Amino acid sequence: MNQAQNSQATTSPAASAPTVQPPIIELRTICKSYAKPSGEPMPVLVNIDLTIREGEIVGLLGRSGSGKSTLLRTVGGLITPSSGAALYRGQPMTGPPDGISIVFQSFALFPWLTVLENVEIALDALGVPRDETRTKALASIDLIGLDGFQSAYPRELSGGMRQRVGFARAIAIEPVLLLMDEPFSALDVLTAELLRTDLVEMWREKRLPIKSILLVTHNIEEAVLMCDRVFVLSSNPGTLAAEIPNPLPHPRDRQDPVFHELVDQIYSILTKRKVESSTAAGVSIAQEVPRATVNAMLGLIEAVEAPPWRNQADLADLARSLSFEVDDLFPVADALSLLRFAELKDGQLTLTPAGVQFVQLGTDERKAMFAQHMLHHVPLAAHISDVLSKRDGHSAPRRRFQDELEDHLSHEAADRTLQVIINWGRYAELFTYDSRSRTFINSKLLAQAQATEAKAS
Amino acid sequence: MAAQPLAISRENLRPTAIGDVLSRSPSLWDLAAILLVLGVVILLGSGAKQMVAPFGLANANPITLSPWALPMYAVRTTLRMLAAMVASLIFTLIYATVAAKSRRAEIVLIPILDVLQSVPVLGYLSFTVVFFVSLFPGNTLGPELAAIFAIFTSQAWNMTFSFYQSLRMIPTDLDEASRSFRFSSWQRFWTLEVPFAMPGLVWNMMMSMSGGWFFVVASEAISVGKLQIALPGIGSYVALAIQNRNLHAVGWAILAMTVTILAYDQLLFRPMVAWSDKFRSEQTVSPVVPKSWLLDLFRRASLMRLIGEPVGLGVRIALRSRLSPPPRSNVGKTVLIPSRVIDYIWYAVVIVGAVWTSTKVIQMTAPHLSMSDVGTVLFDGVITFIRVVVLIALASAIWVPIGVMVGLRPRLTQLIQPLAQFLAAFPANLLFPIAVFLIVRYQASPNIWLSPLMIFGTQWYILFNVIAGASAFPGDFREVAATFHIRGWRWWREVMLPAIFPYYVTGAITASGGAWNASVVSEAVNWGHTNLTATGLGAYIARMTDAGDFPRIALGIAVMSIFVILSNRLIWRPLYAIAETRTRLT
Repeated sequence: MNQAQNSQATTSPAASAPTVQPPIIELRTICKSYAKPSGEPMPVLVNIDLTIREGEIVGLLGRSGSGKSTLLRTVGGLITPSSGAALYRGQPMTGPPDGISIVFQSFALFPWLTVLENVEIALDALGVPRDETRTKALASIDLIGLDGFQSAYPRELSGGMRQRVGFARAIAIEPVLLLMDEPFSALDVLTAELLRTDLVEMWREKRLPIKSILLVTHNIEEAVLMCDRVFVLSSNPGTLAAEIPNPLPHPRDRQDPVFHELVDQIYSILTKRKVESSTAAGVSIAQEVPRATVNAMLGLIEAVEAPPWRNQADLADLARSLSFEVDDLFPVADALSLLRFAELKDGQLTLTPAGVQFVQLGTDERKAMFAQHMLHHVPLAAHISDVLSKRDGHSAPRRRFQDELEDHLSHEAADRTLQVIINWGRYAELFTYDSRSRTFINSKLLAQAQATEAKAS
Repeated sequence: MAAQPLAISRENLRPTAIGDVLSRSPSLWDLAAILLVLGVVILLGSGAKQMVAPFGLANANPITLSPWALPMYAVRTTLRMLAAMVASLIFTLIYATVAAKSRRAEIVLIPILDVLQSVPVLGYLSFTVVFFVSLFPGNTLGPELAAIFAIFTSQAWNMTFSFYQSLRMIPTDLDEASRSFRFSSWQRFWTLEVPFAMPGLVWNMMMSMSGGWFFVVASEAISVGKLQIALPGIGSYVALAIQNRNLHAVGWAILAMTVTILAYDQLLFRPMVAWSDKFRSEQTVSPVVPKSWLLDLFRRASLMRLIGEPVGLGVRIALRSRLSPPPRSNVGKTVLIPSRVIDYIWYAVVIVGAVWTSTKVIQMTAPHLSMSDVGTVLFDGVITFIRVVVLIALASAIWVPIGVMVGLRPRLTQLIQPLAQFLAAFPANLLFPIAVFLIVRYQASPNIWLSPLMIFGTQWYILFNVIAGASAFPGDFREVAATFHIRGWRWWREVMLPAIFPYYVTGAITASGGAWNASVVSEAVNWGHTNLTATGLGAYIARMTDAGDFPRIALGIAVMSIFVILSNRLIWRPLYAIAETRTRLT
């Protein structure tokens, strides 16, 4: 493993330049697609080029659903790419390679094993002899700061402690590359910050027996805080939008203006792509609609209209003041911009005149305006409304629309889109939805039709 | 007294495998499975029949009616039970793993399991007894194996379903962790898959053992035609007592059985359930930790720990070692390489097998049967079916309100729940002689008064499932109902009944399955030389078993299996679907 390769490097003749190690990970034009119900391939990752060398922390940043978890698992050998080459130390990967271990968002600890046994199990899997297993496991636990908790079961530990066990387990096998899949997302703010700083400190003091780290996250500040290079992934499909080097020296200060600049730069990249893609999409009904509830949209638009923002807000600042993760704010902002109640550009959310007017109205007028905007700007809603008005009985089964969407989207995406449209449509009183029979009904038109029938007979 | 209790998840007694069983749409494979299962059973038995000389086993130790013999008999009965449990466990670990890992095997194995769960055990007991006796002529090993096999078939299926379900529900993150750390298959099985399945498996094991007592008692004294067997045990004791019209002996047997069940509950059931708490996947400490004084004793006594440590070490080494070098390739879930050609060959093999067995069976039995036989059997089946429905309805009407009352009061629940579980475990066939004695004494009509015997042991399943449902009822809902003054019938219809509906369905399915099984030993009963018979399919099968009329036994169990399978699909499946979608609390 590590030792063998190191000794290889040092025994090469000193006369020529030292042999250049192949990078730990090299992904060349990786593509990954999953099959849709109709059989067509649905791309999740397209043309990803990624290199990870020794001695660096690389960040993978993207919104939920951008394929970053898929990419991480491709790097870790758990997923084989549909096309392209994934190389570990210059050799193509045929499964999880020696020397890579993963830390999971949900900790992935075996509930029926103690902390010590959880760490030992990773060493057992490598076939390490039993006496060595115990010493290595104890050393790893000590390093991470869990000394004294060896015989505790995971259910007795807090989230932060459990993640430490996850780290201890990953480090015990002395991997070359440590992969982390949103490791701090499931923790509360304080614990997450503590673990982050502990990890960076151990890394800087070279106390960790690893050579590189790949960190996947949706938290922009976390990425800028920890990583030497940040890859930004755009979604649908996942492509590399940018690679941003981070020259700031450790320890990094969140208040540093350069820090802010980097964060804003990334914000712009993430918001810019979305606006571009929505104008390019055309009028297809099979657009994925941002997953935001009406309540969230109303809350956000009212917050932006109110002081201190007064109709225009910087997303990062807004997120901070509302104690939101920016990742959670994006879909709501996107939804407002889709409906043309606001404009999202360069990290700024600005209310349109329609949006300003919307906030001033009372409930019923708001619903009417919302309905109008839905019909104008969301092709799927217009389509549903159209179908309902023309059909006998003014009702239509969900299946019909789901099938239409599944021609272009995956089953889950179609399902989610319909769920969002149902939520919006119910608020706007465009239609009603009966979840038992799974039917859309335009009750107003239906009542009218029944009234005219009654009068006729 | 449950026949083949269906797999139940311990956490809230909600069925785990029932949904899987009942929600699969009927397919060609179900038909193939039915044909295969019934065909193989009938063929084996009929084939063996030729080899068995008509003999009554002259027992070296004839059964005595002395109460002092009972402890020994109780021990032997329990030993049979435990042997069957070990066999069930081994079967579960192998069958469920193969079904979960191999897509091809799964297509056939699961429908077969489904059918096996529905075929009444006591129906095919006659075939299996003859088969095993023929394997070991003149030796008591044959009948012992037959009895153990009968108990095994009452225990294994729900355990297998539970394990299979668990294997398919392994949490993604644990699965990915074990793949990224490159566990070998052996390590993965014992470190991830078995522990994850353990809570469900242990609970189902305990349910199985509860249901098993009924079959132990029923299978120890068997008479198939001229083949008379009486294995030393409580069942034979009671059979002899019935023959001699000795009610006192029956009383002693009941006492012995009670003591045995209480002993196994304290010495086996509770320690196992308490031990399996460690495998619970929820990441919080449970508010109610199951306790067992025996387990605490084991854990604290230093002598026990001294013995336990080397054993534990040995187990750990065995289960955690790799047994194979770290794999260089990704081992996926399906073991076999998917290829259409092999698929088609496999399907062809299965279909040909099913067709061949059923043809042979028909060839063997058809000449002996006539249309009137079929007519009788169908008519009897309908009668028994009506009985089951009426009895379940009656039992529900009585026990659902009581169960709700008890479940809503935690202190009552603590008292009554274990009692209900005990009653469910207690083999009701030990109580039959008393009922029969009374019927004979008071000249009551067997058609009416033998019927309650069917539901006698299984009604407790409805009770304790409803208690579990009511005790899991969220306090918030009760407060809402109280604040808004929802009372009376309205409260029942809109608040309580929907909430306990899934639990009720679980209990009712088990109860009805048990009732069908019980019909074989309750519709035709003896007291000394008096024979009481009610009209029904159970009576038909019992009579034909007595007469050793194999073709008619085959017809009887085939029709009963079809009735059970049909009622599963047409009654329980829609009810369960409603329970799942409309009345789930989460």
